[in-house]
Amino acid sequence: MSQPLIDAITDMREDDALKITDELLTAGASPPDILAACRQAMEVIGRQFEAGECFVPELILAGEVLKQISAKVKPLLQEQAVPSEKLGKIVFGTVEGDIHDIAKDIVAFMLDINGFEVLDLGVDVPPARFVETTRQTGAKIVGLSGFLTLAYDPMKTTVEALKAAGLNEVKVMIGGGQIDEQIREYTGADAYGRDAMTAVSLAKQWAGVA
Amino acid sequence: MFAIPENWNERTPKEKMDARFDSWRSPDIEFGGPEAKQAYQQRVQMVKDVTELKKPERIPIIPWFGVYPAEYGGITAQEAMYDYEKLGRAWRKFNTDFLPDGLASAALMGPGNVFEMLDYKIYHWPGHGTPANTSYQCIEGEYMTADEYDLLIADPSGYFMRNYLPRAFGALGPWQMLGPLTDIIELPFVGLGLIPTGIPPVQAAFKIFLEAGQAVMEWISAVGPIDGAAIATLGIPNIIGSFTKAPFDILGDTMRGTRGIMLDMYRRPGKLLEAMERIAPIAIEMGVRYATVSDTPMVFIPLHKGADGFMSNRDFETFYWPTLKAVLLGLIEQGTVPYLFVEGGYNQRLDIITDPDIPAGHTIWMFDRTDMKEVKQKLDGWACFGGNVPGSMLKTGTPQDIENYVKELIDGVAQDGGYILANGAVLDDTNPENLHALIDTGKKYGVYN
Repeated sequence: MSQPLIDAITDMREDDALKITDELLTAGASPPDILAACRQAMEVIGRQFEAGECFVPELILAGEVLKQISAKVKPLLQEQAVPSEKLGKIVFGTVEGDIHDIAKDIVAFMLDINGFEVLDLGVDVPPARFVETTRQTGAKIVGLSGFLTLAYDPMKTTVEALKAAGLNEVKVMIGGGQIDEQIREYTGADAYGRDAMTAVSLAKQWAGVA
Repeated sequence: MFAIPENWNERTPKEKMDARFDSWRSPDIEFGGPEAKQAYQQRVQMVKDVTELKKPERIPIIPWFGVYPAEYGGITAQEAMYDYEKLGRAWRKFNTDFLPDGLASAALMGPGNVFEMLDYKIYHWPGHGTPANTSYQCIEGEYMTADEYDLLIADPSGYFMRNYLPRAFGALGPWQMLGPLTDIIELPFVGLGLIPTGIPPVQAAFKIFLEAGQAVMEWISAVGPIDGAAIATLGIPNIIGSFTKAPFDILGDTMRGTRGIMLDMYRRPGKLLEAMERIAPIAIEMGVRYATVSDTPMVFIPLHKGADGFMSNRDFETFYWPTLKAVLLGLIEQGTVPYLFVEGGYNQRLDIITDPDIPAGHTIWMFDRTDMKEVKQKLDGWACFGGNVPGSMLKTGTPQDIENYVKELIDGVAQDGGYILANGAVLDDTNPENLHALIDTGKKYGVYN
């Protein structure tokens, strides 16, 4: 794995990271190795985020860099498609009536990078859709995002709908601007997360890989 | 309207602030009776006292109300934006039943039909993209592209008229075809300058613009009296008469978008800084002008993208703070009182915002998820502060929970005055018993001896 590439990504040097990727590819580096370096860099960034050393802009920039590197690398992966081992499926979305998506996107991104298959239903998602997708895909984890105080009741309704559909072993995590333990209790969710890294550790815990 | 006194420019900021408070305290309205007038003046005095870091008669209780008064009044948020009669009845009931020290203003709901006529693309609102009971919501996007910084910097007004507003409002799309008004410098240029105005799509856009103006007159003719009646009969002053934002939020909220501006900090920091410096005087002028027009001293400033977690302290000091500080100083210089709503957490920012260049007794900071003991310690003797009572508790807790929380808060931080009791985040959805508990506890325990 290329340490210069990892460093360029973790140092937020976008142009360097892309240049090094081009150089590596020209020199015949293996595409899976490049993606592995990206994942390694994201792990470092994730730890820094948890430690309060980097913040949302860094996550977004890293996401942009990874997107561009993936675009260069993925076409070359066709012949050597290796099914990535996913830790599990997570049904994710912003609840009904709420259209905030930035935080949801960051959390979904971090979950994906950390090995989960994220089924992102988008925003303003009615409880029935969460239930349907969870049932169809057999996902064992559902994540509900909501930014407004008006998200509390849709979150509660979604949790109830999952139980009513008999999906009792499914674990639900909630997160958003005005979420706390009191709201977790109110909604009946299994846990709440203050940020993306908490979501990741919750998911890993529930998937039995923490 | 605040009548600007003689020798205005020779007065100190404090003298100017006093003049604005004096005018606000004695509005040119017919109060419902001597009690209402007295209650009004009492409330204005309480707000002046806390601004000046003194102990008022009792702690002013000024919660943030979003669309909650609609639900309380038995209407939907959608009805509040489209049916001014229902709006008036619901807001009157709310203000009468709760008697806060700051008015729940009907004007803040906005005219839904105007947004529809203009085809407003940046927001969803109840009945138009969000359910009937929710608040309006901003649709994240890059409404200003990264390569337009130079256009904005060169000519903000021109950029708004010919680039940004045509994108924000579908009906104004044809305004892109207008030329700069600065073309019209001599007789031969008048005809040429007006050619775009004559073409059919531009004509159509102006026609809708005129109709929107008429619809706005209908709206303000309805909501003005709604608020006016509440002020006159209940003696509750309107706290939010003016509004501006931090230049970083002006650019980041509805122009570059969150992703856009965060990437700009890395990809084009120089342009970002230059654009914010261009915007700062514009933000000041707007805040001062609306304060003067509404004859209220406070200028409401919601702080969005500088919250804990949204950027490092170094980025806050480089990108967010300098032009916000410039706006605060400009507003203070003209005798207005920045009334900041610090959304999210500012635990990491308190040492930065308590900038000694900002004079003591001229700003009000309302917090959400920030540690109030820390706030007390750091803002004591410098600025009025308040907020923090959690929306989650107001919605799902009990009146006893609220009473306990508020008592502890008052005991912890209100002892020296300069304090306002309020919730943290805006209340769109709450429990009326809890809201009563907030206000009643504040009145019971908030008396200074």
